Amino acid sequence: MSAVAPASQASPLSWAGRLRGRIGLHTILLLLMVIWAIPTIGLLLNSFRPAAEQTSSGWWTAIFPPYQFTFENYAHVLAQQGIGTNLLNSLFISIPSTVIPIFVAAFAAYAFSWMDFPGRNVLFVVVVGLLVVPLQATLIPILQLFATWGIAGTFLAVWLAHTGYGLPFAVYLLRNFMGSLPREVFESAYIDGASPVTAFFRLALPMTVPAIAALAIFQFLFVWNDLLVSLIYIGLVNPDNLPLPVSIANLVTSIGGGSEFLGAAAFLSMIIPLVVFFSLQRYFVRGIVGGSVKG
Amino acid sequence: MTRKPFALFAALMAMVLASCQSGSPSPAGSQAPGESQVPSGQEVTVIGTWTDAEQESFLAMVAPWEAETGNTVRYQGTRAINDILAAGIPTGVLPDLAGLPGPAQMAEYAAAGALKPLDDVLDIDTYQSETSSALVDLGMVDGTTYGIFIKASVKGLIWYNPTLHDYADDPPATWDDVLEQGAANQGDADALWCLGIESGDASGWPATDWIEEILLHQSGPDVYNQWWQGEVSWTDPEIRDAFETYMDVVDNAYGEGTNAVATKFDLAGDPLFTDPPGCEFFHQASFITGLGAFADATAGTDYNAFPFPAFNDEYATAVEGAGDLFGMFHDTEAAKSLMRYLVTAQAQDIWVQRGGALSPNSNATSYPDDISAIMGSMLTGAQDLVFDASDQMPTAMNAAFWSHMVSLTAGQETIDQALSALDEVRADAYAQ
Amino acid sequence: MTDKLITALVAVVGVPAVMIGYIWATEQVLRVFPGRWKPRIRPWLWVAPAIGFLGLFLVYPTIGTIYRSLRDAADSAFVGLDNYAWFFGNDGSLSALLNNVLWLVFLTIAVVGVGLLIAVLVDRVRYETVAKSVIFMPLAISMVAAGVIWLFMYQYRPPGAEQTGTLNAALGVFGVGPIAWIQVTDFRLNTLMLIIVMAWMWTGFGMVIISAALKGINPELLEAARVDGANEWQVFRRIMFPLLVPTLVVVSTTMIITALKAFDIVYTMTNGNLNTEVIANLMYKQMFSFGQYGRASAIAVILLLAIVPIMLFNISRFRAQEAVR
Repeated sequence: MSAVAPASQASPLSWAGRLRGRIGLHTILLLLMVIWAIPTIGLLLNSFRPAAEQTSSGWWTAIFPPYQFTFENYAHVLAQQGIGTNLLNSLFISIPSTVIPIFVAAFAAYAFSWMDFPGRNVLFVVVVGLLVVPLQATLIPILQLFATWGIAGTFLAVWLAHTGYGLPFAVYLLRNFMGSLPREVFESAYIDGASPVTAFFRLALPMTVPAIAALAIFQFLFVWNDLLVSLIYIGLVNPDNLPLPVSIANLVTSIGGGSEFLGAAAFLSMIIPLVVFFSLQRYFVRGIVGGSVKG
Repeated sequence: MTRKPFALFAALMAMVLASCQSGSPSPAGSQAPGESQVPSGQEVTVIGTWTDAEQESFLAMVAPWEAETGNTVRYQGTRAINDILAAGIPTGVLPDLAGLPGPAQMAEYAAAGALKPLDDVLDIDTYQSETSSALVDLGMVDGTTYGIFIKASVKGLIWYNPTLHDYADDPPATWDDVLEQGAANQGDADALWCLGIESGDASGWPATDWIEEILLHQSGPDVYNQWWQGEVSWTDPEIRDAFETYMDVVDNAYGEGTNAVATKFDLAGDPLFTDPPGCEFFHQASFITGLGAFADATAGTDYNAFPFPAFNDEYATAVEGAGDLFGMFHDTEAAKSLMRYLVTAQAQDIWVQRGGALSPNSNATSYPDDISAIMGSMLTGAQDLVFDASDQMPTAMNAAFWSHMVSLTAGQETIDQALSALDEVRADAYAQ
Repeated sequence: MTDKLITALVAVVGVPAVMIGYIWATEQVLRVFPGRWKPRIRPWLWVAPAIGFLGLFLVYPTIGTIYRSLRDAADSAFVGLDNYAWFFGNDGSLSALLNNVLWLVFLTIAVVGVGLLIAVLVDRVRYETVAKSVIFMPLAISMVAAGVIWLFMYQYRPPGAEQTGTLNAALGVFGVGPIAWIQVTDFRLNTLMLIIVMAWMWTGFGMVIISAALKGINPELLEAARVDGANEWQVFRRIMFPLLVPTLVVVSTTMIITALKAFDIVYTMTNGNLNTEVIANLMYKQMFSFGQYGRASAIAVILLLAIVPIMLFNISRFRAQEAVR
């Protein structure tokens, strides 16, 4: 996307003014990026330092000699018992837990935005209000249910649970985006005889792709990093199905030692969510909606 | 779209769901009563707080049992054991064996009917003769044994760096000795004490250890026990005296109160090893040897310890210990067999040998170094052995204790404010 | 291993297939009904799966929680509003409520404000993806790692000793003494420091969502305004901002609720000590540590009631939106 549009005769902005604007823009952005990155860089550098160094001197000292860099933290994390299985379990848990809520939410969001029915707004607000229900308050009743149905310890249990927990935000976000789509698009479709199903699949869904991409990123991320839900619903019955965060949390022993490995663990664990983020970036493009509405 | 793919898919899902339910292996055929034969090929599920290196030690401990009986131990370590058991007790979703958070929780789980009594599982007489009576009693509720200690530690050790001054031959015996000799041998050390009480969600516990040791040695085991049982008011003079002594320590600690609340407990002893040293003495339990700067240092040359000093002759021999309790939720034959094995000196010796642990069993004596041997004999030979008081208080009282120690050490509260607040919590916490 | 893989594949492929099949099936069902009934029934069929999940996983436990909040700890007797009275009579609770208000205000302003700023600026540079990734990365990091990072940032050593914490080392360069950032309670500094941690993580969230909304604004509208002589600030104020308001409401509402539920940061970094306590941590302690389910449930219900004003605001916004549509 090009920056400021070429100035026409009438534009009050001078060339110098625009240049100043550009410099200001870049300065602010770069400053923000540096501020945001520093804590992470600190952890990254520390993850390559031995434990004794991490606690006795600041991470910035590592960029001067003696360097004392080491891979032992990463090696320790990777050598943890069962980490490969836990990584795979994380994938098995996260992907369906992202896909399912997106679908369920998309249909509901469309109904909330473009179908009229009594109590629509109140029902929607109740759905959104459920965002505030604390996770911990649901653990025991739901575990009881899962135990009765015999699915405690299985992946299915956490897929269902994560879908339930993720729906309020998913519906909220998708409804917001679908609701802001131009009315004319749907009206002309209905005039042309399209059914709501067709309108949903051919119009609403494609135009909401940026929101769906955003939702996918967040839901995947939250499920990927979740510890408590899997620990409670799976952990008691079937430790073989536990995901990566459990391996990471267990790096720290019961008396508190081992925290020097957490940095390395965090960066290893971050790789896949970042991959997801980058691969979904291409859906954040302009023109998906704009292009469909002609002047 | 025709209906066929739909039905086919539904059938597929049903099959998947059915196969998903990998049910637990069906229990072995019932054993004839009186037969002690343990079935093999069974699994025993265990949950504990030990992870990483400690987990390896536990697995090493059970390996001989696995080899002998042909069963497997499926161990899951987690520090969120409170959450898991809190969710497991009401729903019945529990492992076979579990490391219990403490005696107070053990009593709760026993009262809820979840824990199985061990009187018929263990050879009680041998167990009681081999284990120090204080620890045996702690595993009991109303005379029935529900928990055993498979690992223990001794609290109230004063660690020091021999290169500053070597107290090995003539350790200070009384509190005043510590203060005098500390002043005399200070050299270029910054302060008398090292102190660090930060510990995430348990911040404040090292300070509670201090109060317990001081109270125990100033006022004796009876007051100590009445205190954690909630029968003594926090504002009583004996308790207050202990707090006063603690605040003296804070004032003479490296970096004082601010540093104490900002420093994590496992790194709090590091100033002992710097040059010039930040402090002379560090009070901590025996497991500190595996943490912080201690882990890279050598026992005897770089660090050594002497027992907590006495305040008076009467209570000079009192010792405070702590340990890891273990209990049984499902009394399968394999689980019972594992419990019997875990009580033995042979099993507990395995962990003792690996370091960082003591055994409540008086026959487990394969200490890896002299310091461990000293601590081990303190544990098994103690005449007045008491258990960590805060671990035995109701959880709400314990949490308030930790929290107020943090506020007190940070200078945010006065002693009187803290004590009256704690007394209010006492009224509520013990009533439940 | 292979059966796990099969299960997961079946789920990923099967569930969308089931959903699409469900919608197709509902259309078949609707054929039975006369024309004017279809638009009345269809919405309910479309929201049914969502309502089903929510009913089971969120509403059912909530009803249980409300019931439980009126009972004592052992669930043996009704105690009416005793648990609520306990909460409001407790000194710690009021301090926690104050902290939650601080969280609510500062976290929301930070995430929405900075998120909006970044989303707008980053739209105009070629290194957009890199910039977004840097701001987004903290969210990918997980709470445990964030706690570790910021404990390093805030670390304190006594004055005169070498500072290992980034902030204190930076202060040292200017000759200012070290500050125990998360221990100092004056002006609730430590709570503000904890909020900063959360804001650092969640600004990426606001940025991603606002950025997605920004991309949906018809570029022709913006071009037309520029051609008419508007400068960038006017374009933003008159065209972009009004179109972004609904999204900003979504992000704000989500952040307000997140602030009310803030737990992990406080739990791992201070456990609520030294005046940093928040409601969710109180609830967690009562429920899992003290076994006080009645009191914990009362706190959960209070949280539910606390968001009613925000929900009412949302309703009024929808009505306004629809009036214009």
